[in-house]
Amino acid sequence: MTPEELLYRKTHEWVAVETDATGAKIATVGISAFALEALTDLVYIDLPEAGRKVSAGEPFGEVESVKAVSDLYSPVAGEIIEVNSALTDQLEGLSEDPYGKGWLVKIRISDEAALSELLDYAAYQKQCQEEMADD
Amino acid sequence: MRNEQAADLLFAQSRPGCRAVRMPECDVPAEAVESLLPRSALADRPPDLPELTEPDVVRHFVNLSTQNMSVDGNFYPLGSCTMKYNPKRNEALASLEGLAGLHPYQRSETIQGMLALLHSLQEMLGEIAGLDAVSLQPAAGAHGEMTALFVAAAFLRDTGQNRDVVLIPDGAHGTNPASAAMAGFRTLEVKSTAAGLVDLGDLAAKLDERTAVFMITNPNTLGLFDRQIGEIAEMVHASGGLVYLDGANMNAILGIARPGDFGADMMHFNPHKTFSGPHGGGGPGAGPIAVAGKLAPYLPAPLVAKRGDHYTLDFDRPKSIGRVRSFFGNTGVLVRTYCYLRTHGPEGLRRVAENAVLNANYLLSRVKDCLPVPHGDRCMHEFVASAQKLKAERGVTAMDVAKRLLDYGFHAPTVYFPLIVREALMIEPTETEGKATLDSFAEALQRIVAEDAGLLHDAPHTTAVCRPDEVRAARQSILKWTAPSM
Repeated sequence: MTPEELLYRKTHEWVAVETDATGAKIATVGISAFALEALTDLVYIDLPEAGRKVSAGEPFGEVESVKAVSDLYSPVAGEIIEVNSALTDQLEGLSEDPYGKGWLVKIRISDEAALSELLDYAAYQKQCQEEMADD
Repeated sequence: MRNEQAADLLFAQSRPGCRAVRMPECDVPAEAVESLLPRSALADRPPDLPELTEPDVVRHFVNLSTQNMSVDGNFYPLGSCTMKYNPKRNEALASLEGLAGLHPYQRSETIQGMLALLHSLQEMLGEIAGLDAVSLQPAAGAHGEMTALFVAAAFLRDTGQNRDVVLIPDGAHGTNPASAAMAGFRTLEVKSTAAGLVDLGDLAAKLDERTAVFMITNPNTLGLFDRQIGEIAEMVHASGGLVYLDGANMNAILGIARPGDFGADMMHFNPHKTFSGPHGGGGPGAGPIAVAGKLAPYLPAPLVAKRGDHYTLDFDRPKSIGRVRSFFGNTGVLVRTYCYLRTHGPEGLRRVAENAVLNANYLLSRVKDCLPVPHGDRCMHEFVASAQKLKAERGVTAMDVAKRLLDYGFHAPTVYFPLIVREALMIEPTETEGKATLDSFAEALQRIVAEDAGLLHDAPHTTAVCRPDEVRAARQSILKWTAPSM
C-alpha cells in the first residue's frame, strides 16, 4: 500500500487493514517515515512473540536509536499473528522501506473500536507539520 | 608521534617477565595448590594477565586521563548532571585517616565520630528537604528512587491499600519509570503542556484509586519550576497517592524552597551533584532519601540514632524494608557532603542556588539568539536550547554542535534530552563558573553555528578519538579484548 492509503496512530505507527480468507480483519502495523527520520539511526528493535494479545494503545515493543528508546503502541486490539522478525538483524529494512519490508507485526483485530480514532493520511500529515512547527 | 602507552590496551603492551613488584622468598613451607583445592575449583591454565612495569601502568592511565575532559580541566555544562567544581578542601577532609581509615566492622564505641557526622548529616538533609526522616544508605540517585518506592510500597501494603500505578511526567529522567518498574509498579505517563509544565487535565484524568505515587522533578528537566506544585500535591493527596520529588535539580532551590513544604512525601538527593561530590567517572555517588513521618517506619535499617551522648546503629525497626546497601552507604561521598554543608551553612546554600539560577539565566540570554530556547526567556538552574532550526536550514544537528564544542575546549551539553524538545541541548553552567567562562562558551557557540556544515558533521577534529560510528558501536560492540592469533 502507499502511505496515502494507510491509517496512522498519533504516536506514528501506520496501519493497513485487510480482510483475510476467513473474513477476519488483519491489521499490518509499521512505523511512519516521519517518525523514522526523527528517530535517526536505529540500533535495536524489540518485537513481541506471535500469539500475544494486545489492547489498543498498549506498548507491544520498542525501538532504540542512537538518541532514545521509544515504545511501539498497538493501534488496535487483537492477537498478534505474525512478526517480522527478520528486522531484528536487518534494521536497515525499516528505514529503507518503512511501508513495505519494514512492517513490524500483523494483528488479528478483535475489536474495531480503536480504528475510528486513527488518522487518515491528510490528518497525519497535518499533525507532523504541527510537530515540526512547534520548535 | 603516536603515544602507544596511551593508545594501546595494557594487554597489548604486555612483555613477558615485566613486573612492578618482586616478592621476597616465601619463608613458610609452600603447599601445592592442588593439595588445597579440589580439582573442580582449579583453572586449566593461569589467567591471561598483562605483564608490565609500574611506570608502564602509571603512564597508561595518566595519558588516558589527559584525553578525557573533567571539571578540573574544562567548563562542563552537562545539563541535569550539575557538574560543579569539587572543592579540594573536601577531598583533604574526606581523606583524613580517622574517617577514611575506619573499618565498617569496628565496634560502634570506636567510630563515634563517624556516627556523629552521619547523624548530623541525616538531620541537615531532613531540614533541607522539609521532611522528617532520612536514610543515607542508597548508593546513588536512581538507587534512592527505587528505595523510596519500596518504602512507599511497604507503606501501602501495611495500610491495606491496593495501589499499583506510578504516574510520571513525559519530561522525567528515564530512571523514574525504571525505578518504579523495579519496585513492582506499573507506570503511566502524564503529558506536559506546551509551556513545559505538568498538564493538570491529563494528571486529573489519570489519578484514581490505583494511583500509588506521582513522581515529579521540580524544577523540571526543562529548567522550569512548576508553580502548580501545591495544586498538584493536593490533587495527588486527594486521590490517596503519595508525591515523590526527584531531587536531581535541588541545586536550584537549596535554602529557598523545601520539598516537604510544597507537598512532597518523599525525595532523594544527589549529593555527588548538588553537594559537590566528584562524579562523572562512574561513581561513587550517594542517594540519601528523606520521607514524611508516616513513611519513616519503613526506611531501610539501620538508621544512625542518638541515645543521650552516644551514637548507635538502630536495627530495631520491625517495619523496615531492610538493608539496601552494605554498611553505612558510600561514606566517602557522605563525608564530602557533610563538609560542603558545614562550609556553606544555611545562608551559603541559599547563595549557591541563587548563583546557579543567575548563571543559567545569564547564559540563556547569551545563547538564545544563536540557538533558540523553546520554553522561554527565564529558567532555573539550567535551560534547554534547540538546534531544530539549524537542522532544518543547514542540516546541522545538536550532536554536531556538541561534538564541535570539544574542539573549542568545552565539554558538551547533554543532547537529545529531555525527549520533549527536538534537537535538544541541555545546558547547566552551575554556580561555580565566572562570567568570563560563560561569555567564552557563548561566543564559541555563536561561532560554531556559523561554521561550515561539513566541518561540523566531522567534528571533533582535535581530540584523541574522533567521532565514533554510534550505530556500529551499539550494534557490533567489542566488549572484551581478544589475544591476536599468532
